[in-house]
Amino acid sequence: MNYHWNWGIFFQPNPMGTGTYLDMLLSGLVLTLETGMLAWIIALITGSVVGVLRTLPSKGANWFGFCYVEFFRNMPLLVQLFLWFFVLPELLPKSAGLWLKQLPNAPFWTAAIGIGFFMSARVAVQLQAGIGSLPRGQKMAATALGLTTVQGYRYVLLPMAFRIILPPLTSEFLNTIKNTAVAITIGLLELTGQARSMQEFSFQVFEAFTAATLLYLLVNAVVVTAMRFLERHVAIPGYITGK
Amino acid sequence: MKHFRHIGLALVATFAMSQAGAEELTGTLKNIKDTGAITLGFRDSSIPFSYLDDNQKSVGFAMDICYKVVDAVKKELKLDKLEVKLNPVTSATRIPLMANGTIDLECGSTTNNAERQKQVAFTNTHYLTASRYVFKKSSGLKSIDDLKGKTVVSTAGTTNIKQLTEANVEKKLGANIIPAKDHAEAFLMVETDRAVAFVMDDILLASLVAGSKSPDDYVISKDAFSKPEPYGIMLRKDDAPFKKVVDAATAALYTSGEGEKIYDKWFTQKIPPKGLNLNTPISPELKHEFAKPTDSPNPDDYK
Repeated sequence: MNYHWNWGIFFQPNPMGTGTYLDMLLSGLVLTLETGMLAWIIALITGSVVGVLRTLPSKGANWFGFCYVEFFRNMPLLVQLFLWFFVLPELLPKSAGLWLKQLPNAPFWTAAIGIGFFMSARVAVQLQAGIGSLPRGQKMAATALGLTTVQGYRYVLLPMAFRIILPPLTSEFLNTIKNTAVAITIGLLELTGQARSMQEFSFQVFEAFTAATLLYLLVNAVVVTAMRFLERHVAIPGYITGK
Repeated sequence: MKHFRHIGLALVATFAMSQAGAEELTGTLKNIKDTGAITLGFRDSSIPFSYLDDNQKSVGFAMDICYKVVDAVKKELKLDKLEVKLNPVTSATRIPLMANGTIDLECGSTTNNAERQKQVAFTNTHYLTASRYVFKKSSGLKSIDDLKGKTVVSTAGTTNIKQLTEANVEKKLGANIIPAKDHAEAFLMVETDRAVAFVMDDILLASLVAGSKSPDDYVISKDAFSKPEPYGIMLRKDDAPFKKVVDAATAALYTSGEGEKIYDKWFTQKIPPKGLNLNTPISPELKHEFAKPTDSPNPDDYK
């Protein structure tokens, strides 16, 4: 292979005048983390609500939860972000659409919310499965104790279900962070976007993507370690995931 | 005695010549001779430089130039038959595919600049383009100063977005600069009023406008953000014998006047697949470059 490796490239000034190429990648990493975190918070909250809706006795709530999940998980994320960013403002009344388009940091908010909703469908299915895996007697026992449905979920079902689904939630969290890379389609210059910019400016493509890969691995290693710690912290001795 | 010396000289000369001949065949030339094939990298939508027509065949201004280079390589290697293989490339794949030997020439619209010359080589410049902006007639912009405080888009990773950023600081425009993933998306941003202007190489803007739903709605600025920058056909670095053949072929093409004929075919006449006409006659700078071909990455060398 006739490639000129130049690992020193990271310490050379980038042509945008914002420090070195490394600074460029790190600013992308910060944006990746911000987008990933916000998306994960949205995914966790909406996903939990929808997941609960799908296990409630109410037919209407079930149906709503079903539609929500099928809508968000059956469309490729890339298509969804494109729809939110380019198509949605065109469907709104003209002034509202224009307001939406000229919102500062529109790509960031669209990406965080779009990825959040996409991932929330997956969290909802996980939670539904978690609640479904509990013995039926749990719910009945909660009712027998005189707890209302809300209290039953709050004090009995959800604490158990979340503990059960913690390991798959870890991988959903990792997926959320990795999915932020799709946001370059709407012009968000996160880590992958900055690696691509670096490649276009300097033509040092392998160095740029090696660095991006290492940074993603690093972030995800931190997440995995933190989640393992959390798993151990909340484990109940003698029960399912506990030792 | 004298006679023998002549024979001796002739022998030495033949030996030296065959030696030189063997030496020349290294790198890409050797590879082409051994395999009997040359691979051209083409772009699928760099109109009119390198793109796919309605038969999914790669055509364009840069493709025509590359085919002339192929003829020259064939002649240089004294081959009866030289197979031309075509390989699609994108801006993300052109370097890896060039480095690993998949493509021998990249025929597209790649800007030749000093930073990139650390990684690859370019042959004589085949186009010069300056950074301008496109806007809707209805927005009433006149000069770069009118962009003050407006939202302006450009394509991420291009030299254009860099020039726009610099101008923004220098002229204190306070414009909100947003990067787009590619040219089509950036143009879509102007089309949907998400941005008032799109800063890009003027020729790419001309082709986007010509291909849009209503070409009459758009204007390309007279003001430029940069000096005209050179486009070059890319080849591997540190392959002097191959570069020599390619440079000689392109130089011969441009100085003979044939280069200008090919130019007219793609820039001033209807081109496939939709019969668009870019209406961009050759610039004085490019005319001058064609008379004195150069592979310089410095915009100041083109006047």
